[in-house]
Amino acid sequence: MRFSLSWLNDHLVTKASLQNILDLMLKAGLEVEEVIDPREKLAPFTVCKVIEAKPHPDADKLRVCTVETIDGTKQIVCGAPNARTGMTAIYAPLGTFIPGLDFALDKKPRAIRGIESHGMMCSSRELETGDDHDGIIDLQGDFKVGTPAAEALGQTDPVIDFEVTPNRPDWLGVQGIARDLAAAGAGRFLRNDPKKINGSYDCPVDIKLEAAEACPMFAGALIRGVTNGPSPDWMQARLKAAGLQPKSLLVDVTNYISLDRARPLHVYDAAKLSGAVVARLGKAGEKLEALDGKTYPVTEDMCVIADSSGVIGLGGVMGGVSTAVSAETTDVFIESAWFDPLRTARTGRATGIHSDARYRFERGVDPQSCVDGLNLAIALILEYGGGQVSKAKIAGSIPIRTKKVTFYPVDVERLTGLIVKPAEMKRILKDLEFDIEDAGDAWYLMPPSHRFDMEQSADIVEEIARLIGFDQLPTTSLPLPEGGRRVITTPRQARVAISRRVMAARGFLEAVTWSFMAREHAELFGKTEDALGVANPVASELNYMRPSALGNLAQAAQRARNRGERTVRLFEAGPIYLGDGPKDQRTVVAGLVLPAAERHWQGRAAPYDAYAAKADLFALLAALGQPGDRFQVAAPTQPHWHPGQAASLKLGPKMTVANFGALHPGVLKALDVEGPVYAFELNLNALPVMKVKATKTRPVLERAELTPIRRDLAFLVDAGVAAGEIVRHAQSAEKQLITCVDVFDVYQGQGVAEGKKSVAIEVTLQPKEALKDEQIQQVMERIVASVAKGTGGVLRG
Amino acid sequence: MSDITAIEQEALAAIAAAGDLAALDAVRVAELGKKGRVSGLMGALGKMSPEERKAQGPLLNTLKTRVDEAIRVRKAALEAAELEARLVTERVDLTLPPAPGPGEGALHPVMQVFEEIAAIFGDMGFTVAEGPDIEDDWHNFTALNFPLGHPARETHDTFFMKAMEGDTPKVLRTHTSPVQVRTMMEEKPPIRILVPGRVYRNDWDATHTPMFHQVEGLVIEKGIHMGHLKGCLIDFVKAFFEVDTVVSRFRPHFFPFTEPSAEMDVKYSRKGDAIEIGEGDRWMEILGCGMVHPNVLRNCGIDPDVHQGFAFGMGVDRLAMLKYGMPDLRPYFEADPQWTRHYGFSPWLTPSVSGGLS
Repeated sequence: MRFSLSWLNDHLVTKASLQNILDLMLKAGLEVEEVIDPREKLAPFTVCKVIEAKPHPDADKLRVCTVETIDGTKQIVCGAPNARTGMTAIYAPLGTFIPGLDFALDKKPRAIRGIESHGMMCSSRELETGDDHDGIIDLQGDFKVGTPAAEALGQTDPVIDFEVTPNRPDWLGVQGIARDLAAAGAGRFLRNDPKKINGSYDCPVDIKLEAAEACPMFAGALIRGVTNGPSPDWMQARLKAAGLQPKSLLVDVTNYISLDRARPLHVYDAAKLSGAVVARLGKAGEKLEALDGKTYPVTEDMCVIADSSGVIGLGGVMGGVSTAVSAETTDVFIESAWFDPLRTARTGRATGIHSDARYRFERGVDPQSCVDGLNLAIALILEYGGGQVSKAKIAGSIPIRTKKVTFYPVDVERLTGLIVKPAEMKRILKDLEFDIEDAGDAWYLMPPSHRFDMEQSADIVEEIARLIGFDQLPTTSLPLPEGGRRVITTPRQARVAISRRVMAARGFLEAVTWSFMAREHAELFGKTEDALGVANPVASELNYMRPSALGNLAQAAQRARNRGERTVRLFEAGPIYLGDGPKDQRTVVAGLVLPAAERHWQGRAAPYDAYAAKADLFALLAALGQPGDRFQVAAPTQPHWHPGQAASLKLGPKMTVANFGALHPGVLKALDVEGPVYAFELNLNALPVMKVKATKTRPVLERAELTPIRRDLAFLVDAGVAAGEIVRHAQSAEKQLITCVDVFDVYQGQGVAEGKKSVAIEVTLQPKEALKDEQIQQVMERIVASVAKGTGGVLRG
Repeated sequence: MSDITAIEQEALAAIAAAGDLAALDAVRVAELGKKGRVSGLMGALGKMSPEERKAQGPLLNTLKTRVDEAIRVRKAALEAAELEARLVTERVDLTLPPAPGPGEGALHPVMQVFEEIAAIFGDMGFTVAEGPDIEDDWHNFTALNFPLGHPARETHDTFFMKAMEGDTPKVLRTHTSPVQVRTMMEEKPPIRILVPGRVYRNDWDATHTPMFHQVEGLVIEKGIHMGHLKGCLIDFVKAFFEVDTVVSRFRPHFFPFTEPSAEMDVKYSRKGDAIEIGEGDRWMEILGCGMVHPNVLRNCGIDPDVHQGFAFGMGVDRLAMLKYGMPDLRPYFEADPQWTRHYGFSPWLTPSVSGGLS
């Protein structure tokens, strides 16, 4: 909202400077966004006198003027038709920025058709002080050369643009701001209650309230014989400063009161009304052509104003075209009503209308302003438009608040640490127009009718604290909690931190990608459900909560490739969504590599493949204290993996910890990614959390005294047998002695029958006491038997 | 006597003349081998008379020792020369690149700043709490004292889910504050938590992204007042921006879930493209805060007459921008390798209060 400083003086007697006012607004809680001071903007411009204006020898439309300026006598070439000898104008020296033209004059004089021009004389549009562009400003009156333009043009009133928080609808009127500024110490608040005007005749327009819950009160009056010309200059100036375009007296008066008192009104051309004016709920099928020129369907939830012709306005939101005032209007009916905030907000949302009336009614309009606002409107219309007013007609009433707020003065210090004398508290509350009943430890306060945010003691504490000033609050470092500091993260949070460092150390760049993705893409990662759709997505490709981080990463990798990156390694530690419940979110670490053929002079750069993805995943698991061989490797459990080149890691049949390997080429194609792409996604929530041991002391080291024994065994198995199975069965043959089983060769081809393969393993035994050759031989035989039983493999001769 | 001297000179000359290890070994065999000349003289000692032996013995022993020593020295010299000659042939070109490894990755600045913030507040005794991104209306709004239809709800540009909770659609949390509610409902005071997380608002332009990051703080303890809030946040801002002086101010503001409510501004100056936080001629808003509203405490089953405390919330993306100078928010979520390498952090940099934040 914007208002000009002089407007404030209607309601505030103050000696404060502009800067003081701004500081006090800030102190009170009004966030100033911008101050537009025309004196600053017009600072380079001053009054000048044209001593002589001669025609330009080479151009009919130009004049060569000799001008007396603050910088001495200057020759200025001017194209304005009104430039003439003896006129008083506004001078811009060379180099000046001309706001209306959005450029600066050259610093050196420029020749115009051969004659040098040393500056410029400006039109009101060039100074942005008006719309006149037909000629330069022709000042009437006696101004000395060098007088600042702002002063000569009467543009000395700074405009303050500020933000009003939703709890303070009373600040949507200049009067409300003045009240708080007075309480903050700016000066004395002037109440300016409008005088009650006694009409000479009964209001002929009947008012009926048929939906008291939507519109409990409606005050109206008729004025006959009005002239609806332009509103007075001072009112137009204030409206313009506030950003509104003046229209006509009747419309301007309603807008003015809305800005001055936060009281929306509406005016009807009484000649266009038929029958009683009724505030009721809408009916299905009704429509309104509103003042913005659009036609809105009416619903049964809306509060409408109607007459016998049908709907003529949406209560508290916008009036209709059929009864609008115009230049011909002579009889005007004024509406000053009160509309339910929640219903007004719903109507506003349903229609999409953002009007000043809606903005105020949905936040809350002072109920007492119903009659006051009507009286103020009548007074202004009679003064500037003439006419005879009827007696006011008041239908319904708004229940007056009777519940007092109990305030405990000790709460001020308890909640803020401020020590404030009771007399000072009372001074502030009185300035804010609270009614105080001091009962010692508790005060019973009646808030003024324009405040809707006062319920309890803490609310009063805020009023006192802010008007004392938050700069007065003590500054106290937070004491350490009882018992000292604690470990600040949970084990899972710590795992996120470790994971991120492991991944970055292994060459991955950390990404943070949207939690959203396109639903059609999400489908590729598993079955989607409506519940995870975003009803109002910011873009259609971001309309679903991602079931995996890999889709976004794959697309990012492709973007990087398109910009010329070779191998792209990305990872993200972030959420995925398996459902809409509070426990359905998982934290995953997803790593993804889009490999490029990397060449090396030694010729040994192995391409990144599914095994490399496995290596990265297993390194991560090891760093998290969960060595990979603790899990079973099984088929992938999600549809976005290559069925033959990907796998899952499981803890038992139901608990999947991770999937890794190559992404499905079909999925990549749908994502517009040129594969192959290798990846893994580790679900940190599925990873078991180790029990915290009672002691930090490590067990005593049991050093292996004997050297380990290593033996190689090669098995012939069916080509479909997983090497991991051979390892597993070998290991299970002798759990105490065998510390490691490694595959060191896999061979198919000459010497191995079709459909078979040879898998060679190295078995490491760690004996605790010396083993004889026969004992070692027995272990080897047990291994061979176990592998044979588990996989059908036979020892290769 | 002269015999022995001559033999020694001869042997030493042969040793010196040996050009390689094989030639040297031939000299060794010829002199000290079983049938060697010196060995032969030593063998002859047994046949001598005791007087003769007494005279010749030490002379022959000296001869043997000297020849032995000369061979050892020569052998070491020949071995060294041979090694040197071999090594020259083993020269490699170390200007060639090694086999390519994955290189070093980088951590995202937002995630790093989360950790910086957690380190600072961890030092003040806060612990980290988290909650879901998909929230119900009650946790995101109603419990936080945004009644249904409250205009403050409209300022949040909420994303609504197609999922419902009773009559109201679920939402993507618009702030991290619902975790305050979840924590207060599960734990008893004293409470000191820090809540980092993703939040969502339906707004996308130069200064807004539909997803961004917040950190929320909540302290519920007896005797905690707004002066503590001020002290805590001033301490934080100094530690975070790693400067000795931060001129700050607290302005009244409105948040439904705090009363009194404030926004914190800090002074800054612009030096070229860089922003310096702490002192200067301009103010910048950096966070919102206040004393937890009694209605919120009641909604969470805490008696506001017994317990009180404060809460604050700040935008992490913007804090990262202010500290590290990223000019634009939009690339944060594009996973562009060039951007991440430029603005990211080494994996070896773990922020801590004792070891340094950045």
